[in-house]
Amino acid sequence: MNYNLSNLKELEAEAIHIIREVAAEFENPVMLYSIGKDSSVMVRLAEKAFAPGKVPFPLMHIDSKWKFKEMVEFRDHYAKENNWDLIVEYNKEGFEQGIGPFTHGSKVHTDVMKTQALLAALDKYGFDAAFGGARRDEEKSRAKERIFSFRNEFHQWDPKNQRPELWSIYNTKVHKGESIRVFPISNWTELDIWNYIRLENIPIVPLYFAKKRPIVNWNGALILVDDDRMPKDIAEKAEMQMVRFRTLGCYPLTGAVESEATTIEEIVEEMMTVTVSERTTRVIDFDQDGSMEEKKKEGYF
Amino acid sequence: MTKNIDIQQFLDADQKKGLLRILTAGSVDDGKSTLIGRLLFDSKKLYDDQLATLERDSKRIGHAGEDIDYALLLDGLKAEREQGITIDVAYRYFSTNKRKFIIADTPGHEQYTRNMVTGASTASLAIILIDARKGVITQTKRHTFLVSLLGIKHVVVAVNKMDLKDYSQEVFNSIVEEYKNFSSTLDIPDIHYFPISALKGDNVVDESKNMPWYKGRTLLSFLENVQVSSDRNFDDMRYPVQIVNRPNIHFRGFAATVASGIVRQGAEVMSIPSGQKSRIKEIVTYDGNLDEAFPPQSVTITLEDEIDASRGDMFVYPDNVPTISQKLEAMLVWMDEKEMDKEMQFFIKHANNSTRAFVTHIDYRVDVNTLEQSNIDHFKLNDIGKVQITTNKPLFFDPYKKNKITGSFILIDPITNNTAAVGMIIGKSKDADSRTITAKGRLHKVANTEEAQNKYQELKLKGRTVVRLDKAALKSKFTELPNEEVTKGFVELLLGEGVDVVK
Repeated sequence: MNYNLSNLKELEAEAIHIIREVAAEFENPVMLYSIGKDSSVMVRLAEKAFAPGKVPFPLMHIDSKWKFKEMVEFRDHYAKENNWDLIVEYNKEGFEQGIGPFTHGSKVHTDVMKTQALLAALDKYGFDAAFGGARRDEEKSRAKERIFSFRNEFHQWDPKNQRPELWSIYNTKVHKGESIRVFPISNWTELDIWNYIRLENIPIVPLYFAKKRPIVNWNGALILVDDDRMPKDIAEKAEMQMVRFRTLGCYPLTGAVESEATTIEEIVEEMMTVTVSERTTRVIDFDQDGSMEEKKKEGYF
Repeated sequence: MTKNIDIQQFLDADQKKGLLRILTAGSVDDGKSTLIGRLLFDSKKLYDDQLATLERDSKRIGHAGEDIDYALLLDGLKAEREQGITIDVAYRYFSTNKRKFIIADTPGHEQYTRNMVTGASTASLAIILIDARKGVITQTKRHTFLVSLLGIKHVVVAVNKMDLKDYSQEVFNSIVEEYKNFSSTLDIPDIHYFPISALKGDNVVDESKNMPWYKGRTLLSFLENVQVSSDRNFDDMRYPVQIVNRPNIHFRGFAATVASGIVRQGAEVMSIPSGQKSRIKEIVTYDGNLDEAFPPQSVTITLEDEIDASRGDMFVYPDNVPTISQKLEAMLVWMDEKEMDKEMQFFIKHANNSTRAFVTHIDYRVDVNTLEQSNIDHFKLNDIGKVQITTNKPLFFDPYKKNKITGSFILIDPITNNTAAVGMIIGKSKDADSRTITAKGRLHKVANTEEAQNKYQELKLKGRTVVRLDKAALKSKFTELPNEEVTKGFVELLLGEGVDVVK
């Protein structure tokens, strides 16, 4: 008998350990569900952690109201099919005021419809721990984030004052109002995620695969014309292009890449010869140098 | 189609690769970030746009002159990029076609011993950088000591900046000699030496043309091939229950990550502390039942009999049990800016167990630079020393040297909730079997009611068991004050039971 665990199985075991630890130590945890591929992996890991039982905490999606239509359809379909305990929250006020990326820009939109909406939802339910699907290899400032990342009562992250994290012993103590963000797939790379999706047959939103779609070139990004809220003068320039999405978010803020990849194998093949790293197709990261770090301090994941 | 089959083969091979967790230790000046940047860069895992950012940043705040500053690629946080130093633990990922690597990149400054200890806790191998111009310096000794303290068995000594010493074999050999001399007293079984230039790329990924006298492997080739699996303990079965899984009345499973040893279906196990025995009925996972489970697998076991075990209890084989005690001795590293408060009753977290703990005695402090021992009465940030600890309930542990998971713990400050200290268990305290299990309480003399009230609150916050025996408190309970003799006897009794008295 060979007692070596493959790297993917080792990462899986580590994630299950982390997810169980949260269920054991916190009163009211939640799993933030973004509908993206990393979230899909995280949900599967949660199912594995408690099998044959049910996942003992809810999933929560913060709907910015500007997500791709296919994302919302996917979410509702799988939540129903798998009998997930799914909470969907959005910023009502912002929605009624018509806040959106076309009219208010990416910065205001992200702050109001994502960050503020998330913080309000966390307060509303009083969650003391929230799982996120962030990975350390995604972005520079994330390389230093702990797996159990402490947030003060204002949900803020202080990168200079993080709790030391040793072995697999996690400090889960918080005072009332404070919380912990937990990242069970911190140590996974993008390739690990794709390989796991492939081996486990995890369903993902079809937008990840290449298809002919109506695309406009807006501010240097390939943007999908997903609904009629896109200003007419932009939308009318749409052309059908064979594209896929490397990350998913708000459709006006998420650029597509030209691609012929219609299977996971082809995506990985493209990835191995990529010319852009994963998050560059997200418009929000370019706002300013170190901008993800600023957003994280404010409470964005 | 053929192409897809290739990718499938690639992916199948990729997921089966082993994972090696590495710690890198060295200061900014040793070129540590440059070395990591080189490993990442030359192993072709850098994406083009990250490189583009790098070139842009190099022009603005780079420190490497004309060459690309690999360090910039790694220093994630804004503040430290401006200061030009790495201030925290950062994790990096790269892979070759033989292995996957996670690098814990930690700074070398003295004030950040804390971070190095953190990075070392999960690493199987440490890369210690030495600047060829400086040789073995205080910092090298400190890093090596910490690596041995944290039980890392494989060390790579990378003598860097060989280009600045004319790639001299004599320089390299004398550094190796010096390092061997001082490290022989430390418990590191496997040490290897490499002459490199991270900046120029010599012997990192590609063999050096500048050092024909060096016949060994390149650094990366060594990292790809070094055997570390034997570091895991497959002998002493320890299954610390993390969560009890009871989805319905027909299923009662004990979920845990196997800490050590092999868990076998059908084997007789004993639950600690209850001592109840049963047999493993099934080893359950989402992907089907297993015949055996081994570290670090996370599984769920069911038993033949109804046994009442909960989180923190441990399943073991009856003929191989850990030490069970409320008193232990350990090497402690102080991690908190806040100095140690001797009265504080900390939370201790150990192998899914959580209880209260006192540091009852500090045997000595070790100077990380000279390894000299001295007496201190409390710890400050980055202090390391040997301590005696008493816990409120028994813990089930093994020496850290034998078992990292059942031999490690953290202490949490009950007021701030910070991780105040981390510990590596040596064993049961020498006096553990003596009569007094709890540490003696302390008598706090106060002048008036207000002081008594304040002291009482303060001690309560620290998690101590306190009784007020000042006049105001006694008056509220008794119509007639008890005589001095009685009170005195009562105080002695309470102190003996580990209760604090405010009088």
